[in-house]
Order: sequence, then C-alpha cells, then structure tokens
Amino acid sequence: MMSSGTVTVQLDKPYETFKLESEPPMTAEVTRDELLGYYSLMYRMRRMEISADTLYKAKHVKGFCHLYDGQEAICVGMEAGATWGDSVITSYRDHAWQLSRGDTVTGVLCELLGKQGGCAKGKGGSMHMYKADANFYGGNGIVGSQAPLGAGIAFAHKFAGDGCCSFALYGDGAANQGQLFEALNMAALLQLPLVYVCENNQYGMGTSKKRSSANDDYYTRGGYVPGIKCDGMNVLSVRECTKFLKKHAVEVGPIVVEFDTYRYHGHSMSDPGITYRNRDEVSQVRAARDPVDRAKRYCIDTELVTEAEIKEIDKEVKAEVAAAVEAAKAAPPPEQSELWTDVHVGQSKDFFMRGPDISTSSGVYGTNR
Amino acid sequence: MGEDIGEMGGVFQCTAGLSSEFGARRVIETPISEACIGGCAVGAAATGLVVPIVEVQIMDMVPLMMEKVVNQAQRDAEGRSVSMPIVIRGPQGGGHRLSAQHSQSLEAWFTAVPGLKVVMPSTPHDAKGLLLAAVRDPNPVIFLEHKNLYQLPRSHVPDGDYEVPLGVASILREGTDVTLVATSNMVHEALKAAGRLAARKEQPVSVEVIDPRTLWPLDEATILDSVQRTSRLVIAHEAPRRGGWGGELLSVVQEKAFDYLDAPITIVAGRDCPLPYNAALEKACIPGAAQIAEACLAVVQRPGFDQ
Repeated sequence: MMSSGTVTVQLDKPYETFKLESEPPMTAEVTRDELLGYYSLMYRMRRMEISADTLYKAKHVKGFCHLYDGQEAICVGMEAGATWGDSVITSYRDHAWQLSRGDTVTGVLCELLGKQGGCAKGKGGSMHMYKADANFYGGNGIVGSQAPLGAGIAFAHKFAGDGCCSFALYGDGAANQGQLFEALNMAALLQLPLVYVCENNQYGMGTSKKRSSANDDYYTRGGYVPGIKCDGMNVLSVRECTKFLKKHAVEVGPIVVEFDTYRYHGHSMSDPGITYRNRDEVSQVRAARDPVDRAKRYCIDTELVTEAEIKEIDKEVKAEVAAAVEAAKAAPPPEQSELWTDVHVGQSKDFFMRGPDISTSSGVYGTNR
Repeated sequence: MGEDIGEMGGVFQCTAGLSSEFGARRVIETPISEACIGGCAVGAAATGLVVPIVEVQIMDMVPLMMEKVVNQAQRDAEGRSVSMPIVIRGPQGGGHRLSAQHSQSLEAWFTAVPGLKVVMPSTPHDAKGLLLAAVRDPNPVIFLEHKNLYQLPRSHVPDGDYEVPLGVASILREGTDVTLVATSNMVHEALKAAGRLAARKEQPVSVEVIDPRTLWPLDEATILDSVQRTSRLVIAHEAPRRGGWGGELLSVVQEKAFDYLDAPITIVAGRDCPLPYNAALEKACIPGAAQIAEACLAVVQRPGFDQ
C-alpha cells in the first residue's frame, strides 16, 4: 500500500468557462496528508452543523441559524487553494468558514449558544461570525450586502500590494442584488484582485433559481467580467479552480466563479425546506453527490488512506464535536456589563447609555456602568 | 409583491394561501432585489393602474430600498401632487434573538420623511382595518408590524370590509393620573403595567393608555386632551431612545400642553445599543411592563401628587 508520496487523480465534471482562454486542469495531485486533512475538516464541519441542528431543536440555539451541510467542499477546497493571507467575506451561512479560518468547534458553538467564548462574545449569534486576525471579514445578516464590501477588501489588497486577493461569497439568491453589479463594474474598472464566488445551492431562501433568475448561469452574469463554473461538490475541483481564480484575480482582475452545490437543510432552521422542494430531491443529491462522501472515496480509491483509518477519524471527530457541545453548553454567558462594550471603538469608561431601566440617581431612564 | 411570498407564504406566513387564491397575476414573488422592488412599486403606483403592496421580508432590509421610499415615493415634493398609493409593510422589532441586523425598530426613520404615512398596529382588529385604510390611501404608507404581534392570542376580527382610519388614536384604558402613550408591541406591555398599577393596595395609580396607531398623521387632539386631564405623560416604545419617535411626541406635548404638566415627560425606550443575540442581554435592551410601571409611578409620585 502506498502511504506517502503524490498521486494524480481525475476530476469528475468539466468546467464551463465564460470569456476565458484557459481553464484549471482536470486532474489534481494530492498527498495522503492533504486528503486526510480535507476529509477530516469536512467531516468536522458536517458533524458541527448536525450538532447545531440538534442544539437548535433543543432550543439552545435561537433566532436564525443557517447551516452549511452539503456545501463543505467549497469552503475546504477554497482554503486548500488559497492562503489565510487571502481574505474571505460571506453571507449568514458562515459557521464552516469560522472553523476553517482557525476558530474551534467549541468557539463556533459558543457563539451559537450566546456564550462569552464566541467570536462576538455571544452578542452576534449564527450570522455574525468574524475572525479579522485570519482575514475573515465575517458573515452578514443582509442578503448580498457583503458583495461591495468584498470589493473594498480587494481594493485594500491592491493598495497594499500584498499579492493576495479577496473572495466574496454570495448565493444564487443574492446574485439578483443590484449592488453586486455595481461592485462588478467598479472592480473591473479598478482591476481589483477580487473573486466573486457564487455558491449556487439552487434555492435563494424559499425560491428556486429558475423562479428567481432570468439567467441562472451565474458564472456568465458578470458580463464583461470572465467567469467559470465548477463542480462545488468535489473538494479537489474546488481547490484546483481556486488556484486558477486567485492567479487570475491577482494578475488580471476580477473573476466570477459559480460553484454548483446543494444545501441539505432549509434556508435556515426555521424553514423546513420542503415547501418548495421535495424530500426525494434532497436524498437523491445526498446519495449521488455528497461532498464528504466524495472526499472519502478519493481517500480510499487512491489507496492513500484505508477504510480503518477513515473510521478512526470519524470516531475522533464525533468525540471532538460531542465534547465541544458539552463545553459550549457549560461555558459562561457574557456578563451584563458587555452591554456597554463594543458600541464604539475607544468609548470612554464612563460611557453613558440610555436604556429601559431607571437610574434613580439621575432620574433619567438610562444607566451607566 | 415580495420575497418568498408565493408557495412558501412568506417567512412569517403573512401571505399564506394568497397565491393560490389570487394567482401570480396579483401575488408577485420577487427575487431578492429590494431596490428594484421599491422602484417597481413606485413606477406601478405612479400610473394609477395598480396599488402595490410591498412586503419587506424583515424591516432591517428596507435600507436597500430606502432611496425609492424617501426620494421617489413621496413625489408631492415636486409640486405635482401625484397620487402614489403604495403600502410598504413588514415585520420589525426584537425579542426573538435575531441580533443586530434583524431586530431593529425603524419607525423614526420614516416619520422623519414628510410625505410618508406611518402605521403601527397593535391588535389584529386594528391591523386589518388599518391595512385596508392604508391600501385605499392615495399616499405612500409604511406599515410596521412587530414580530411579537404575529403570536398574539386569537382575538375577534370582524369579517368583511371595515377601515380603521389613519390619524385616529385609540384610548385602550381610561385613567386620571397619568397618560401613557405606547406604540405597537409596547401597547401590550403598557396595558399590563396599567393593570398592575391599578391593583396596588396602597396608592393605586389610574393610567390612561393610548395607542396612537398611526405615528403620522398623529392624533394630537386625543393625546393632548388626555394630558390636559392627567397632567402627566409617559411614552413607551421599543426603538432606541436616541432619535426615537418618543422625542418627537415629547416636543409636540411640551409645545402645546406645557402649562398642564405637573412632571417632566418621561420616555421609556429601547437601549441605545445594537440588539445583542444573547437572551439576557437582549432582554436588558427592550422595555417591558415593569419599567413602564416604574416610570408611571415615578412621575405620579413627584411632589404635588395629591391622592
């Protein structure tokens, strides 16, 4: 059995390109360590999201909660093809990115549970992950709002001349936001190192792409900006494509990629996800195209990893996530004094904030620390 | 027209069944394109051929269509007195742990724009009557629905056609010691507070609770008449205190009823900070019956209160 070294594997689906003269390779070279890394991170994301589902149903997580299961290959493949010097900004479907940019499962779950240990000290919740020290500029509660922000981040990379690019992710729903087209125009004029990543999971909230988009070839919608469509269910396709995208963005300018993918859950946990599609469709994708399963098959088929080793990883990841769930449940909530923090940068210690509670000393409805 | 309002029936199920009853000609499910939805509504209304009713999925998304609302919808400013029958409605407000970008109360933005009418119902009866009045009004009307109101216990809503006119407040509880003006979901907290104060064993307080129902046009007469009788005013709303609508009402009352007041007007409002996700922190930002009762008590117990 080959336990080290590099093997070359074939990718499954051809790319489709728009206004491009070249395209990424249809093969990928991988090592055992790489495959193990991809598989275990994807499986960790999967387990984390399943635990978030359970925690939501048990009312530990409240509000809106958008899960990433089904789309793991995009995050993991992009991270494999880029570096943390490259910036990422995404929508509210942001748990997996927080994890891939260096937070822990416990850290993500703490934010979901509104605990002090989360990246926003439990004040942001599911949609507001953020990790600026790893160039992750967060999730965003407003559909499409991150698209122009991503152009600004790209501008900063170009201004700094650091050779890195900005990846701005949005869904097939947000693709119909006008602000995306304004940003594309400016990015093209300024030749920004910007990759617009359309994660086409087929449904914008509760509306299918056919009902929301006059042109659902999202990779062609940049008009004068070139584009490429890539299999978003294959981590190695995404990785090879990402290398190509980054090179183009840094050397030429903006580019659009459409990763063809699928979300298993509804839009958010409050959406059962079956009023506008049926269960059969979901189970068919699961059976035929599951991204975690695809990564596992690469592991086994290349003989770089054995079934027994996969089973061992699965066991470890399950234990890790289970422990993270318990740790997040046991973690302390933010102190009441956190209400007075993070409103302004550099706010004074005696920051006065009016609120619904009375301060008898001043006779005004408000309190200070 | 709006997002997910067809098959799915809207995120809060406000449009459930509408598309099967009225079809795609009248129930238009849109892409996630708020600026365009707002613009289309203005264009369609300007023709006089249709009355667009826009659902904003969650009011925190309304900034995306705000240019159309503040510059295009209120066209009288151009001196043409164009009829612009539009209703823009949707949910707002906190208490559901949706954090800073899905929980805001934005009514003060709209009341600051001359030309817009601003409606905030607090009961199912009023919601229906006000919505019908809004649809038949020739002006653009912003119709703000607190998310909590969708979960109110069932109460009687008359069948058939009736209007609750815009610009008419409702006195929900009569009282003599203090006037309490509350909006939207705070109306229910205000009624609780009034009940508790009336039930005090010592020195019960008689609170008059008024729901203005429309912030503009404002039924000043009803509020001023009440303040002249009680000499005290407490205002309660969920939106943050700073720049909130309470400050506007306060200025109206102090201009027109200053000599009647026996105590400073007190505003009980949301905290001046982005709404946090954590449950305890969010709760500490939103007023409730306890704070409203405390404020009413404080204004009536000032020196001079004779009971």
